[in-house]
Amino acid sequence: MSDSTPTGSSTPAGGPAVGQDEWVARHAAARVFKSGPLASAEDRLRQVPWWAWLVLFLALFSLLPLVESSGYVRRVAFDTVLYMLLALGLNIVVGWGGLLDLGYVAFYGVGAYAYAILDSPKFGIHLPSLLVVPLVVIIGAIVGLLLGLPSRRLTGDYLAIVTLFFLQLFQTLTTNGDSAFGHNITGGPNGILNVDPFHVLGHDLAVQHQGVFAVAYLYVALGIFALVYIALRFVNRSRTGRAWRSLREDPLAAEAMGMPVSWLKLMSFSFGAAVAALTGTVFAALNASVFPLSFYFVLLIIIYTMVILGGSGSQPGVVLGAIVVSPALELLREPSKGRLLFYIVLIGGLLLMFRFSRRLGLVAGATFVLGLVLHVLASAHDHRWVAGEHAGGFAGVVGHWVVVPSHLASWIAPTTYIGLIAAVLLLTLVSGWLRLVLLVPTLYLAAFVWENVMLAKPEPARYIILGLILISLMVLRPNGLLGERRVEIV
Amino acid sequence: MSEPATQAPLLELDAVDTYYGQIHILQSLSLSIRAGELVCLLGGNASGKSTTLKTILGIVRPRNGAVRIDGEDVTKRATSYRIGRGLAIVPENRRLFAPMTVLENLEMGAYLRGGPSKEDFARVYDLFPLLHDRRSQLAGTLSGGEQQMVAMGRALMSRPKLLLMDEPSMGLAPILVERNFEIIKQVHESGVAMLIVEQNANVSLSIADRGYVLSTGRLVLEGPAADLRENEELRKAYLGR
Ligand SMILES: Nc1ncnc2c1ncn2[C@@H]1O[C@H](COP(=O)(O)OP(=O)(O)OP(=O)(O)O)[C@@H](O)[C@H]1O
Ligand SMILES: [Mg+2]
Repeated sequence: MSDSTPTGSSTPAGGPAVGQDEWVARHAAARVFKSGPLASAEDRLRQVPWWAWLVLFLALFSLLPLVESSGYVRRVAFDTVLYMLLALGLNIVVGWGGLLDLGYVAFYGVGAYAYAILDSPKFGIHLPSLLVVPLVVIIGAIVGLLLGLPSRRLTGDYLAIVTLFFLQLFQTLTTNGDSAFGHNITGGPNGILNVDPFHVLGHDLAVQHQGVFAVAYLYVALGIFALVYIALRFVNRSRTGRAWRSLREDPLAAEAMGMPVSWLKLMSFSFGAAVAALTGTVFAALNASVFPLSFYFVLLIIIYTMVILGGSGSQPGVVLGAIVVSPALELLREPSKGRLLFYIVLIGGLLLMFRFSRRLGLVAGATFVLGLVLHVLASAHDHRWVAGEHAGGFAGVVGHWVVVPSHLASWIAPTTYIGLIAAVLLLTLVSGWLRLVLLVPTLYLAAFVWENVMLAKPEPARYIILGLILISLMVLRPNGLLGERRVEIV
Repeated sequence: MSEPATQAPLLELDAVDTYYGQIHILQSLSLSIRAGELVCLLGGNASGKSTTLKTILGIVRPRNGAVRIDGEDVTKRATSYRIGRGLAIVPENRRLFAPMTVLENLEMGAYLRGGPSKEDFARVYDLFPLLHDRRSQLAGTLSGGEQQMVAMGRALMSRPKLLLMDEPSMGLAPILVERNFEIIKQVHESGVAMLIVEQNANVSLSIADRGYVLSTGRLVLEGPAADLRENEELRKAYLGR
């Protein structure tokens, strides 16, 4: 290269050279200076190859049933693996294909129903699992392709609406499929019952073993997960995987490079659908039944939460998202465990916000003192103000801190709830010392609302907490836990 | 195809009319490029230069007229087909894949050929040694001049017969513009035909064989580059002297 070129790669020490982007230089410098034990640990973790992580993860997961023999824990672990699979599938469409697919859960349903029809007394068909599972995967891929065909020219909002329509169509068809042209195909709202468990080489894989959830299904699901994870990793590394990425970044440029844009979109739809359908077979085989309502909109939101939380586009990310969200939802089912999670999130959020600084001590201390003072004042004023129910144990500590009246006047719940939202909004507007000062009563108010309002309605509270986790994480890590760093040309 | 393929130009636009919705942009535009030629397409802002390139590539379809590559009518063919026939583009504003590395960007250029070979990389790195040093840097973090090199390298990865370039010197410092045109000349001398869209009429006419001038979607002037440089109207309008 000639000497006159100012973009030469030799950078003199002490600042960017002529023609070198100053921002790039500063960025690089900032990365270098970000060191310390945490950064170097992070770097060392990065050196561990992906398959080592996968093996470690599978090993830990496989050991779980040996440590915890309760059927409940096994069942939650199994459900989590299903969620991991579903998140991996959705990640193909959303994270890699960049397509907003709101019909994804329908493919899960298609897989489950296809398995149920091909392996149940309903039509007297009992195909071996080693045949039916690949068959259902192909069916899922084809259905994905067919849905993709009319929508391949659509993007963004339009695609979302069309796919949402498909989910609704699936619901309608399965719910009314008990009288399709005089035939009962899907069993209608009652679904299909007595679906066969997996049976391989003449052996049935029983769901229950001596009344406890059979661990075999957990291992089958884990095995399928490992296969799907590895296969998808290769897909992502392939020419197609990179084409998906470039398509997502700049569809016009991708087209101008000669990439078959519509075909690539169709492929991501189809791949995602195939993974969802595969997961559906495991679901149907385990539950021995399928109902239309198993494939509902809330499930779609949960899977999206996992993908976004973990980092759309990153395979380990979305798996992590599933591992965080699935047990969290389970914990939130019970008020006492939900309470634990609530305070963990609250304290964890503070930790992430302030690290271990003096300000953390100030805020935490002030909040603690505020609670004690208010509790004493309330109790002195009228004992019934603090006579609300407590579950004991962990709640006992909380019970001396949060005011929980035995009877709540009807205006208190909405007022405090709206007040909490207002306080949080206000927090985002102010900064500096004002923010710290305002944070103290806000935290207390949050605890008050949680104890008095949320715990009275555990079901919506589950999703509200999930939303809160999602929002706070999005603020702290906009690309998800393990999401790719996004770079934009400005 | 009545005429033998050897006589047909590499690329031919035959009286194309291109619309964006109801707006008539290209009006009965005809132009042709022979193998190995360097042709420049001049015109003011919004005269339809980029639209011409999009029509050639099939990103927009003309309502009337035909696009032919080597005599074959490709008007109804997809963009990927035309790229496969030997076209490549350095798009306006470069349009790199920002979160992908330089290497990956180059690879995407060879997408239709099933992936790049060592020689493809060697050729590009030969033209732009800097890209070799920066091959694992994210394209979005490159400077404008470096991005221009990636965009050109990416287009060359498909071993095109005809390279379309939309304002390759936009946003470059004068010294880089010069260097850029040197590279264009070098690529051209290796046998690649080119259609260059440029605001900088002076420099582009100095290296081109022929030129076309567009004004509000119509061809107003065409001819050998030397003639165009002497043309009074063009001088007044673009050359500024
Ligand atoms: N997608 C589009 N939809 C509607 N109108 C468009 C579209 N793209 C371009 N146009 C219009 O077509 C006309 C020609 O645009 P074109 O991009 O071809 O101009 P150009 O000659 O490349 O200009 P410049 O030198 O500024 O790049 C402009 O008036 C532009 O506004
Ligand atoms: Mg233009």
